[in-house]
Amino acid sequence: MTPTLTISQLTKRFQSVEALKQVSLTLQPGRRAALLGHNGAGKSTMMKIILGLIPFDSGEVSVCGETPGSAAARRQVAYLPENVAFHPALTGEEQISHYLALRGENPRIAPELLARVGLAHAARRRIGTYSKGMRQRVGLAQTLIGRPRLLVLDEPTSGLDPVSRRDFYDLLDGLSADGTAILLSSHALTEVEARTDSILILSGGQLVAEGSLADLRTRAALPIMLLVRPAEGHAEALVAAFPEACVGADGLLRIPCAQGEKLPLLARITAWGPQVADLDVIPPSLEDIYSYFSRRDGQ
Amino acid sequence: MSQILATAISEFRIAFRNRWVLIATGMMVLFALVLAAAGSAPTGDVGVDRLSVTVASLTSLAVYLVPLLALLMSFDAIAGEVERGTLTLLLTYPVSRLQILVGKLLAHIVILALAVTLGYGAALVVAVWSDPSAIMGITALVRLIWSSVLLGATFLGAGYALSALARRPSGAAGLAIALWLVAVVLYDLALLALIITDQGGAFTTQALPIALLANPADAFRVFNLSAGQAVAAAGGIGGAAGAIPLWQSAASLFLSPLLAITLALAAFRKVTP
Repeated sequence: MTPTLTISQLTKRFQSVEALKQVSLTLQPGRRAALLGHNGAGKSTMMKIILGLIPFDSGEVSVCGETPGSAAARRQVAYLPENVAFHPALTGEEQISHYLALRGENPRIAPELLARVGLAHAARRRIGTYSKGMRQRVGLAQTLIGRPRLLVLDEPTSGLDPVSRRDFYDLLDGLSADGTAILLSSHALTEVEARTDSILILSGGQLVAEGSLADLRTRAALPIMLLVRPAEGHAEALVAAFPEACVGADGLLRIPCAQGEKLPLLARITAWGPQVADLDVIPPSLEDIYSYFSRRDGQ
Repeated sequence: MSQILATAISEFRIAFRNRWVLIATGMMVLFALVLAAAGSAPTGDVGVDRLSVTVASLTSLAVYLVPLLALLMSFDAIAGEVERGTLTLLLTYPVSRLQILVGKLLAHIVILALAVTLGYGAALVVAVWSDPSAIMGITALVRLIWSSVLLGATFLGAGYALSALARRPSGAAGLAIALWLVAVVLYDLALLALIITDQGGAFTTQALPIALLANPADAFRVFNLSAGQAVAAAGGIGGAAGAIPLWQSAASLFLSPLLAITLALAAFRKVTP
């Protein structure tokens, strides 16, 4: 299968600052990739290059086999900018009709698209009266026009309430099942964890990690934390038995352990039988993994 | 083509909601009526029909008002999109920058055409009502309408160019006012000053016709005055109109919108979202 998006050795400079350094990645049809990175890591710059809005200095970018920004590429790519804006004097329906006409689609299906994002009731009101979440939904509606092959979404769920977020990811699932490749950036790591296939971490303009969450978890090899609650009166014995643990003010023993030593350590703890009141195993969170990769390169 | 039409429809809708259609039409009708009422007094000794005299006054009005309306409508066209943040998304659509510009131009031209037709039409009604033979001057009025639209198109294009250059509405508004002052007011004042100091020398015979043709506002005035029968009723710069062949002022009228749009496109292409 030919990838929907191919980027190789992409470099972009703004005067003396290198915004992107030798970034390479591919995105297959139907895959959902999350682009993570702190503010200024180069996420928006990369998206603008993929859309052909700004030129790049070296490397190659191919969108559906076309040059980014060419008419053929633009026909197959839909974009949702961060903080999407529309003319306040137009109604939602008029705005979407306009976008439909620009893509050569029937402008009459605008109410249908707005209904898909839950805006049927406000379709005939001016966008100037919309809340931020409603504008974001208009932005989503326009990305659904004409079955795009690549969706580029810059912080698509900012301003959406939790229920709308779930509806939004359901929409994305439907699109990716139809073969649309999706590249989205987000700061909401838990959503990204549950609803995307792979994770790309940008840091200081470099792609520092790429893969599924399970891959990244293995590669980072961050310690697992075991929380042990001693039974009444046995705390001291346990503390003596596990010198590597640190004891919190809450009386819990926190024992860090590498992935491979988890089972032997569990066996050691359970051997204490009733002297252990409770045990929790805390795997490294997505935040931990994200911080690990984005800080590794001197950030 | 459908992209241009869709852009034009959206722009027209926005201009209608922003009351621009109402303001432009209202201004033209009001000023035309005032001129028609004032112009109905001194007909007897000029020896032409009443409407032709009114057309001569309307020409002077249009030279000031049409560029002003065009610049007011166009200064926000690109800078406003940049400031609202709507341009980035628009440029990811399969629509070229030329199509965007032509779409906006089309909508604004329709509004200008509506405003001048209704405005001059009101003047026509007043003139014919007081003197039925004034209908003889209808060709002059029709010529004034389409040449006003061409003049407007030139300043719309210039407004888009300034809008793209400034990238911020406030800056674009300032540039638009400066352009209006220079092209419509200061340019003529400078020419008059030169004519007076030159006293019929080389400047008046050689350079003046070129200077008049180079400014679309003057070309418009010269075209309408020399094409009509009322040159004598105009005076001032209009007195020089007779020296310029009609085809030259017509060519200037038709070429300047193309030049303005070309400049606007070049400036727009330099705008990166």
